[in-house]
Amino acid sequence: MERKRFVKEEARLKILRTVSREKSFYFFTSIGNYTGESASSLKEFMDKINVVDVKSLEFHLYRGDFEKWIGEVLEDRELAAEIDDLRGLNYSGDMLRDNIYSIVAERHKQLSRSF
Amino acid sequence: MKLKNDFPALDPTDLKILENLQEDSRQTYTAIGERLGIAHSTVYDRIKRMEKYGIIKKYTAIIDVEKAGAKKITAIMTVYTDPKESEKVAETLCRLPEILEVYTSLSEELLIIAKVIAENQENLHDFIATSVAPLPGISRIRTSIITKKFKENPLLIFNERKK
Repeated sequence: MERKRFVKEEARLKILRTVSREKSFYFFTSIGNYTGESASSLKEFMDKINVVDVKSLEFHLYRGDFEKWIGEVLEDRELAAEIDDLRGLNYSGDMLRDNIYSIVAERHKQLSRSF
Repeated sequence: MKLKNDFPALDPTDLKILENLQEDSRQTYTAIGERLGIAHSTVYDRIKRMEKYGIIKKYTAIIDVEKAGAKKITAIMTVYTDPKESEKVAETLCRLPEILEVYTSLSEELLIIAKVIAENQENLHDFIATSVAPLPGISRIRTSIITKKFKENPLLIFNERKK
């Protein structure tokens, strides 16, 4: 589903900001098993998608952790909804990695373009 | 020979008193004295001295948490850290009420091993993700949830001696 892609300047800057260590996203592969990878901005999150164990992507996607962090911490409801849509497709492995990356990369490109 | 803090080395009577206390810390000085064949005042003096020097740290109750109605899960968390930060990480973990025990270990790399309790798996994960993973110097964490307890005894000072 195509969503309206208009973001106010203030919101755009907020989404692209770097958050504190406490509010960063920490990649786990299962309950309590932290990979050592974290992201404190959308850009870093996008980069880490290609680095972390794909099990971590599967773990967080199906728990709803990605959209929660993107929606509540970065405050990008639109991207959070797109990630939520992706969950319904039941992708796994590299197919999942490629799809998450392209959604996040596209959003990042769109938000960065206005600079 | 003296122990740390100038406390004289424990003699066999001290060790027997400690053994008795570890079996049942509620028994009276008289009862311990009768079992060991010494005066209750001797038992009193020695216990007070061992309390003063921190050999006896505290008296506590061992509770069966499940029977007490607290449904909690226990996990063993292994935290891999930057060696420069490990002391600070261990100290921070000690301050968290969800963490019951903290140890450091040196195998191939420096590890911190901690025993954690939580209401359920979700709370355990949230706790580790929000309170442990963000600590500076942590490189990764491995967590094992305990599913069945086969044995849990306090460390007895006589375990070795009774062989």
